[in-house]
Amino acid sequence: MAKVTLGKKACSVNPLKMSQPIGGALAFMGLRGAMPLLHGSQGCTSFGLVLFVRHFKEAIPLQTTAMSEVATVLGGYENVEQAILNIHKRAKPEIIGICSTGVTETKGDDVEGFIKLVRENHPEVKDLPIVYVSTPDFKDAFQDGWEKTVARIVDVLVEAPKTQTRRDPARVNVLPGCHMTPGDIDELRTIIEDFGLEPAFLPDLGGSLDGHIPDEFTPTTIGGIGVEDVAAMGYASWTIAIGAQMRRAAEAMQRKTGMPFRVFERLCGLAPNDEFMAFLSEISGRPVPLKYRRQRGQLVDAMLDGHFHIGGRKLAIGAEPDLLYDVGSLLHEMGAHIDAAVTTTQSPVLERLPAEDVLIGDLEDLEKLAGDKGCDLLVTHSHGRQAATRLNIPFYRVGIPMFDRLGAGHQTTVGYRGTRTLIFSVSNLIIEDHENNHEPTPETWRDGGHAANSVIAH
Amino acid sequence: MSSLSATIQDVFNEPGCGKNANKSEAERKKGCTKQLQPGGAAGGCAFDGAKIALQPLTDVAHLVHGPIACEGNSWDNRGAKSSGSNIWRTGFTTDMNETDVVFGGEKRLFKAVREIIERYDPPAIFVYQTCVPAMIGDDIDAVCKAAREKFGKPVIPVNAPGFVGSKNLGNKLAGEALLEHVIGTEEPEYTTPYDINIIGEYNLSGELWQVKPLFDELGIRILACISGDGKYKEVASSHRAKAAMMVCSKAMINVARKMEERYAIPFFEGSFYGIEDTSDSLREIGKLLVARGAPAELLDRIEIVIAREEAKAWAAIAKYKPRFNGKRVLLITGGVKSWSVVAALQEAGLDLVGTSVKKSTKEDKERIKELMGQDAHMIDDMTPREMYKMLKEAKADIMLSGGRSQFIALKAMMPWLDINQERHNAYMGYVGMVTLVAEIDKALYNPVWEQVRRPAPWEKAGENWRARAMRQMEAEAAALAVDPVAAEAARREKKICHCKSVDLGTIEDAIRAHTLTDVDGVREHTHASGGCGACSQRIEEIFADIAAVPLAVAAE
Ligand code: SF4
Repeated sequence: MAKVTLGKKACSVNPLKMSQPIGGALAFMGLRGAMPLLHGSQGCTSFGLVLFVRHFKEAIPLQTTAMSEVATVLGGYENVEQAILNIHKRAKPEIIGICSTGVTETKGDDVEGFIKLVRENHPEVKDLPIVYVSTPDFKDAFQDGWEKTVARIVDVLVEAPKTQTRRDPARVNVLPGCHMTPGDIDELRTIIEDFGLEPAFLPDLGGSLDGHIPDEFTPTTIGGIGVEDVAAMGYASWTIAIGAQMRRAAEAMQRKTGMPFRVFERLCGLAPNDEFMAFLSEISGRPVPLKYRRQRGQLVDAMLDGHFHIGGRKLAIGAEPDLLYDVGSLLHEMGAHIDAAVTTTQSPVLERLPAEDVLIGDLEDLEKLAGDKGCDLLVTHSHGRQAATRLNIPFYRVGIPMFDRLGAGHQTTVGYRGTRTLIFSVSNLIIEDHENNHEPTPETWRDGGHAANSVIAH
Repeated sequence: MSSLSATIQDVFNEPGCGKNANKSEAERKKGCTKQLQPGGAAGGCAFDGAKIALQPLTDVAHLVHGPIACEGNSWDNRGAKSSGSNIWRTGFTTDMNETDVVFGGEKRLFKAVREIIERYDPPAIFVYQTCVPAMIGDDIDAVCKAAREKFGKPVIPVNAPGFVGSKNLGNKLAGEALLEHVIGTEEPEYTTPYDINIIGEYNLSGELWQVKPLFDELGIRILACISGDGKYKEVASSHRAKAAMMVCSKAMINVARKMEERYAIPFFEGSFYGIEDTSDSLREIGKLLVARGAPAELLDRIEIVIAREEAKAWAAIAKYKPRFNGKRVLLITGGVKSWSVVAALQEAGLDLVGTSVKKSTKEDKERIKELMGQDAHMIDDMTPREMYKMLKEAKADIMLSGGRSQFIALKAMMPWLDINQERHNAYMGYVGMVTLVAEIDKALYNPVWEQVRRPAPWEKAGENWRARAMRQMEAEAAALAVDPVAAEAARREKKICHCKSVDLGTIEDAIRAHTLTDVDGVREHTHASGGCGACSQRIEEIFADIAAVPLAVAAE
């Protein structure tokens, strides 16, 4: 439906986009005992670190090969070697995940070759799992970094099953996109388990960045899926991919293990969850548990209550493709019109967005579109707060980074319950805005002021 | 890049830098290009430092030339405050793509400048160089020059790509950009005998505004603050100030010193953290202004203000004394001079169980000893585990530190207060110290601690992770206690020089083997202190230790 255009400005103003390598690093954080390592200069890592700390409010494992100017010119073998050895010695990780950056890609470091050499020269890291992904900053965006990294983890770490007969019908693999929060993962786990299935999440941010108290002092991740559990994923019976971005990893899984997969492009909304429930019921051979039948009823009720407020809203939304598609579609189904949509990178779901246009651009574009079209609801990450103030419209935060509010990791939008929560939060925001800014007064009625307009609009 | 390396050399040669003063000629030439350890910790890059230093200039457009990583991951993440324009909060970047990397990004940069001028028309644009365009040879100086000529507007190149060094180097390179392209290029509308510059103050959380009313009352005008809540024109005409105050962080010492050299503006290094420090700074400003021709009665007026403000502040702090009786504080800071806070905390009746001295100079350490006594616990560099142990063993009731270590305290269920950059409260000046004390009180007496420390009903005594961690550490300590060989090995393993990764044992051996007597000798034989030079002090302490136990040496 939507026409996708690429912004033409030379200067990106108020970026919506974040870089690929940190998307990759976040994916590695969903592995247990992992240390993500950015092959680049120190600043690239430190910015990523600060971003995640501010978002999750947790200690974040992230390391750098600390490429200096000279090292960058000469090539980074020594830095990669030292970094691996140092991390191995100090942090004793179960896995090191390496993402390249713009700096090292410009030089063209052969990191795969480096790793091979390091293994040859240092027997102590011969068997240490090390996964490398190429993620230059000057290409693509955060979501692509996550996508490539998960696919790469599948390629490198999942073992091809030795025999097809050992497949366990109760086990399913879940590949969540980077738009799933730790809270979403928890919710999905519960739902899938309630069907008597055993899900393995790759990556599993639910276990590592969900804000629990750690078991001990460790500089690596403290939860997530273990390397051996990833290896054993080939013995599950199904792969469920969530978000179009995860198709690539699901295909990699199929190539490697012959496993069938199903992609759920979104899990926020009534129809997508009906499909999801039906699918789980089918593969588990169990009826949909009573709990979810009730939750479905509650969601329907919430949709009825919420449509008064969300219906007719002119929505401006900025997010990475899968998140945009997920939340945008739901709000559209609640009666909002997506009048301004901006995203960061190409994706097949963009065309399916129920909007006329999607722009690959920045928050300046979003702000301008929102202003021109008279949007009265802004949905994007925390960086949109300045635009919301200027536009003077209600602002709902989704995605990464969300540094100026608490609970980013626990915001849940999947399942009937998550969808219901989202509808309530957005509706309440709109109600509050109406109370604060649009209560009718004799003046507004007299001169057909904005309060009256906002009710009539659309 | 040759002009950039010349600038870097120049910055390293900074005679005003306290750290430099302690170095030999040869050492100084090497500069402070602290080589970070791959896989060690990661601090910010030079670009980060340059941006931190200049972004508080509020009416300027800050354009980052590079791929999305440098600006996209980081913009809008600092708490400087503006009393006017908000354009500094807008993230501008060329967001270079693959084609730019292959064919060069200069055209895109020039177009970006034009777009900004057309749409935002700021009084000036600062263009920041980053690693990738630096590698492919984009000449931002030339682009800025062309843009300047074409648009008739200051377009200032800030040449500090991340990989040339640390955040601190970036601060200084930012200063160089101001010196070369901004300061002295315009004239103030008028001048007064009471015009001062404040250098190296970023107005985080609006802190400067806590002190500004005192200046206003005294008739002292801040001609330019570089760069907190600064405006382009103010900085451009700041060369007409009569005196300058360099705020304690050494970030922009080169600016202060070169302005003294070029425009005869005397400066002193002072701080507005801590009550006595604030008073000292006010006095010092008065002295400098009077020496430059302001009427001497200014000094009397300053004394009156100081007396009044100090009395008010001490009275406000004294109220907390009974509540703080027996409460103990662990202070871990990176940059801020610990001792300037120590006095106020002690006045409030708090016990200090330790303070970090990671970035403190020798004099700082002396002052801490003066304030806290000889057995002051000074902490150099600690792992999270050690920090936790410190919290437990010293039985501190609260930890004050930067955001990086907050999770150690919080997960240990310890009250914690942010006293670094990202804090939300302003602690400057007389009122600031009172705020700090009030915040400590709030944190200490929050009933949440009692709640969160309560074990779950199913938890067996001593079986939570904290107990396990403590046991683990105790077991390790006990094992070392009965095994002198292992203990000695552990002692010798302690890293002294982090840049070149040299441990205590290696240095001790070298000292003995070559009967070394000074840091230069140690550097020659071990490479220690060949990096940032921060460990030269620690090495001197090793000399002192070895001298103190000659018998043990003989026995070995
Ligand atoms: S190190 Fe270089 S590439 Fe990385 S953030 Fe800093 S300036 Fe950008």
